[in-house]
Amino acid sequence: MANLFKNWGPLHPRVEKTERLAKTELPRERQLELYHFMKLNRMVEDRLGNLYRQGKVVGGLYSSRGQEATSVGSAYALEPQDVMGPLIRNLGSMLVRGVKPREVMMQYMAKSDSPTGGKDGNTHFGDLKRGLVAPISMLGAVIPVMTGIALAGKMQGKDLVALTYIGDGGTSTGDFHEGLNLASVLNVPFVLIAENNGWAYSTPTSRQMRVKSIATRAAAYGIPGETVDGNDVLAVYEATKRAVERARAGGGPSLIESKTFRMKGHAEHDDAGYVPKHLFEEWKLKDPIERFERHLLSDREGGLATEDDLKAITAKIDAQLNEEVDFALASPMPPPERAFEGVYE
Amino acid sequence: MTVTYLEAIRQALWDEMEKDERVFMLGQDIGTYGGAFRVTAGFLDRFGPGRIIDTPISESAMVGCAIGAAMMGMLPVVEMQFIDFISCAFNQIINFAAPNRYRWGQKVPLVIRGPAGGNVHGSAYHSQNPESYFQHTPGLKILAPGTVADAYGLLRAAIRDPNPVLYFEHKYLYRRLKDELPQGNGWVEIGKARVAREGRDLSIITYGAMLHVALEAAGRLEADGIDLEVVDLRTIKPLDQETILASVRKTSRVIVLTEEQITGSVAGEVAARISQHAFEWLDGPVHRLCCPDTPVPYSPTLEEAYLPNVDKLVAKVRELAAY
Repeated sequence: MANLFKNWGPLHPRVEKTERLAKTELPRERQLELYHFMKLNRMVEDRLGNLYRQGKVVGGLYSSRGQEATSVGSAYALEPQDVMGPLIRNLGSMLVRGVKPREVMMQYMAKSDSPTGGKDGNTHFGDLKRGLVAPISMLGAVIPVMTGIALAGKMQGKDLVALTYIGDGGTSTGDFHEGLNLASVLNVPFVLIAENNGWAYSTPTSRQMRVKSIATRAAAYGIPGETVDGNDVLAVYEATKRAVERARAGGGPSLIESKTFRMKGHAEHDDAGYVPKHLFEEWKLKDPIERFERHLLSDREGGLATEDDLKAITAKIDAQLNEEVDFALASPMPPPERAFEGVYE
Repeated sequence: MTVTYLEAIRQALWDEMEKDERVFMLGQDIGTYGGAFRVTAGFLDRFGPGRIIDTPISESAMVGCAIGAAMMGMLPVVEMQFIDFISCAFNQIINFAAPNRYRWGQKVPLVIRGPAGGNVHGSAYHSQNPESYFQHTPGLKILAPGTVADAYGLLRAAIRDPNPVLYFEHKYLYRRLKDELPQGNGWVEIGKARVAREGRDLSIITYGAMLHVALEAAGRLEADGIDLEVVDLRTIKPLDQETILASVRKTSRVIVLTEEQITGSVAGEVAARISQHAFEWLDGPVHRLCCPDTPVPYSPTLEEAYLPNVDKLVAKVRELAAY
């Protein structure tokens, strides 16, 4: 076991509780909005956990606990015309793009009024009107697809940037290489966020790659690569913003590695017993929401928020989610005949 | 104007690209070189590198990229240098493109085309007929033209179709087959088979290069007083079941002739449908004349043994006619 984690130290340095977050020009209101989305992300997933334990979720449930800053910070750097392909742990990105909690809840519960009408589950739905592409379970596959989105945007003279995600495990796929290489050769406006959360199901990052950092792989495609603290929402936002602006200006694709940690198992059924306990303890200190709370409350930042401000945000989300859950539960199951509809346009 | 089968394909691509700037092509060596078989010769000069896109050797990324562009309202056409390489893009086709419309309502108007088929001594990786892998997958359409008119008309229809369409052109026919190019837009409806030869005694259900094997066999058997009907499927998915069944009801004897390994073949699907829906009209068992369950061999003597041909079909017809 010890040998398996040989590379662990450099990949995941211990952090100080008091560590400052990245510098940003974002005004108070927008920082509070970031907080709102991270908190919404976590609270929606908590509600989904309850629904799962009540037996209302008919399939697997996937959590992004501990990774909210990566989803929210990156999606927040996009403009309305941009297109995003979220993965299973990017619920936060979808919420930033305007997805309602009820949509995700109905997806998980396979309800008739879910965005896919019960045909698919979890975060596997899209809506190009909101710049969202539904992923598939085969990791890496969405990278070339988003390259095509970026290419089409360029052809159509749209000022759009395409952004998608890949996990540390997903970087081992052929489509990661093929897609990033094609994006680079075509020089399309594309940003890839490599979310390094330490684990691909039960396999540690050290068993996916020998390199110390996913960002170094950018060199293979002749594009910029950067590693950011994935539990600092401001760092993720600022790095994504730079990459998005560069892409929009014709500078081509970028790869951003966001170092974070998966605080739960692969899915709800998985207790992650294979993850050394001390890692959870260490990363708990880096919880992205709590860190951002300390930042917002800090005198050093001029007191961007008070405890009451943050409590008010939380209370508002809580009330909203009561309604969202009620709505989602009230939706019927889809009519059986729908199973046969909609294969062809 | 008389053109080859290959020129008909080129003309269909050209006409669609002239007509609609949303149409563009992705492929390997399709630009400067004009494609391994010269299907896109001259396209780069006319349409430019923005619409004739040479890609790295990345079939999966080519198809993935086309899927993304298609979702954005473009009309991409992907060329597989040889259709055998479509297997490298299998995941993008069957998991991304095909179920997309069903899963979340987003259409994917995409064409993947390329040279299929054997009889040119291309061996195991330049001779395949991969249609049976894909006929199983809901959401795809599969075309296999056997005539100049269909090569032209089906390709134009494929580019206009709002679904992912696989268009398998038979490389044996590329320069051997010559005929009149259709007038006008020449569109051929997807999903409609064609009775290529009317006959009384026995039906051959086929497509692609095997169509010509069937027609030649029909000519030879005429002297023996056996009158073959030949049905050219043209579209493999969705199958035109009505045209198939109508022919079987008329002749009561049927051979399904295809250039694929026999197990799990398109021919098997056709045979199953006939057995299920026209059993009471049959005067003999439904035969499949296909390739054996081996990879495609290289040496001419081996490949000849492997492929169906006129002699093999004539023998099979005599056997079934005497049943």
